Amino acid sequence: MPTTRIGGRPIDVNDEGFLTVYEQWDEDLAPILAGYAGIDELTEDHWKVIRFLRADYPARKETATLRRVSTVGGFDMKELFRLFPGKPAKKMSYIAGLPKPKGCV
Amino acid sequence: MTDILDNPIIPDFGDKPAPKADAAAPVPGPAAAPAPAPVAAAGPRKIVFIASKGNLDMAYPALIMANAALGEGVETHIFFTFWGFDLITERTMDDLKFTMLGNTAMHLPMAPKVPIPQLLGALPGVTFATTKFMRKQLDDLEIPSVREMLDIIVASGGHLWGCKLSFDMNGLAEDDLYDGVEGVISASDFIELSEGAQVIFV
Repeated sequence: MPTTRIGGRPIDVNDEGFLTVYEQWDEDLAPILAGYAGIDELTEDHWKVIRFLRADYPARKETATLRRVSTVGGFDMKELFRLFPGKPAKKMSYIAGLPKPKGCV
Repeated sequence: MTDILDNPIIPDFGDKPAPKADAAAPVPGPAAAPAPAPVAAAGPRKIVFIASKGNLDMAYPALIMANAALGEGVETHIFFTFWGFDLITERTMDDLKFTMLGNTAMHLPMAPKVPIPQLLGALPGVTFATTKFMRKQLDDLEIPSVREMLDIIVASGGHLWGCKLSFDMNGLAEDDLYDGVEGVISASDFIELSEGAQVIFV
């Protein structure tokens, strides 16, 4: 597993670039990751999703799928596609410093 | 202790090649090796599913893959034809059934080696029971119902189309269809629609 330098500090990632250590992420890192994912500015709406993902992960040890973010987190699906255009599930998990979701739905 | 890479590894988010020239310092390391040219398709990826089956079990392949495709930023259409029309017909979509008849791969999850005679599937009540059992399995895995899958697909920007011939054969009116269906289209319309797309028949 490679280690890269993001935001001036070493960060462990997998071969695809997703962060592998939950604790290495903090809120200062998110805007930098968002920039890499093509999102120039994190609004409060982005943050709500990111905080949900961060809070949901530890108990399940699995990143919430889009559907889970929508049903459990209470976010509107269209809104999620607007906030994280293109590949929303990958972008939001990357910015939240989590692995990409494994679930099919 | 491994070396620390100075440039981040950025996952493939499928977006256009990074517009920001400032971050585009040449990427060092083995990743820069000439990659094989991506598969022929020019332009953004597009997938069309043809959903032709109306059994509960055969409803899901197109729905789940379509949902996944949308999550990957792929333009996605589903064309419902023949028995697949039951997936978008209000009267039937919440009541699809699963039969073990004609399915030689049928086995019980808790006893995979116990043979199940085909004729068993023909007994009254067996389709009811197998359907109920499959629904429970789907629920346990938190797989949404057909209607909810369609809701998600539409909300995610997917397009649903009905087949004109099936529509006419079933003697349906527009009001009989699930709301998210954008239109009832002919075979020629479908051929136009699927231009440049990967077409998957289910």
